Amino acid sequence: MIPALALLAGLVIGLVLRPTVPSWLEPYLPIAVVAALDAVFGGIRARLDGVFDAKVFVVSFVSNVVVAALIVFLGDKLGVGGQLSTAVVVVLGIRIFGNAAAIRRKLFRA
Amino acid sequence: MGDPRLRRRLRAGALIGVLTALLGFAIAVQVHANSSPDNLANLRDEDLIGILDNQNARADRLRQQIADLQRTLRQLTTSGDRSAAARRQASQQAAALAVLLGTVPARGPGVIVSITDPRTRLSGEDLLDVVEELRGAGAEAIQFGGVRVSTDTAFTGAAGSVRVGGTPVSPPYRVLAIGGAKTMDTALNIPGGVGATVRAAGGELRVAERSALTISAVRTLPAPRYAHPSGS
Repeated sequence: MIPALALLAGLVIGLVLRPTVPSWLEPYLPIAVVAALDAVFGGIRARLDGVFDAKVFVVSFVSNVVVAALIVFLGDKLGVGGQLSTAVVVVLGIRIFGNAAAIRRKLFRA
Repeated sequence: MGDPRLRRRLRAGALIGVLTALLGFAIAVQVHANSSPDNLANLRDEDLIGILDNQNARADRLRQQIADLQRTLRQLTTSGDRSAAARRQASQQAAALAVLLGTVPARGPGVIVSITDPRTRLSGEDLLDVVEELRGAGAEAIQFGGVRVSTDTAFTGAAGSVRVGGTPVSPPYRVLAIGGAKTMDTALNIPGGVGATVRAAGGELRVAERSALTISAVRTLPAPRYAHPSGS
């Protein structure tokens, strides 16, 4: 309940303040968002499985974001930033789909 | 609050809340940044090339327009110059015609002719001869008494009641003429000329050359009643 409300609050704050993204953050923000979404879906799945652990969630959330940003940063330095971004998004997308499928099975038993 | 497990749960919940709030904030910011219309950074190469082509075509069109407008401006400037020159020429011509027709005062070198006629034997015709002689010698503006002599000025009447252009004049006559002073002097005093005629009538004709002379008498131009420009 608290995470859902916090997510909503963050969305509202972002929509109201409408801050501009600093240019150094521009390549990393989308990837970080996708990575965080992956962590959130993983957390929801763990909760439904009854194995949710706050510490695991927090660590996975932060590490997901940091690793994703690091990969993109490294890719930029190596000149393959665009491709690595795509790779990260694909991998995270697959994981999100997997988690979403597991959540669906739990919720609807189908 | 004393229970360590509860405190840990609360802390974890707060941390999770902060993280998810950050996620929501980041999503909103990113969506907003991405929906800005002038954000070229997120476009694909092909789209950028298309946009670049469009911009180049537009720049070409605008350059073409600039060249057209500059050409028009040049044409208008030159035609303005031409019409200004034509106006200048026309006004010079009008000034020259005004002097010849006697509608404006004139100044320049010329002669003052004094004619005495103690026995009043000089007729209008004799006085016209004087004017004709002056014209023949190149006089450009002539004033007879107080009358400006022009194309349609008539000398009428017998001796003693001479009228110049309708205005009665009486001796001694005074004629101002602007033109070549030497030539006019010579023409008036030519043997057997008007000088001789005046002397034969008992009068005297004196010519005084002046390097600067002002003819102030003017006449108004009658509007032509019958002749109109044929509009060549």
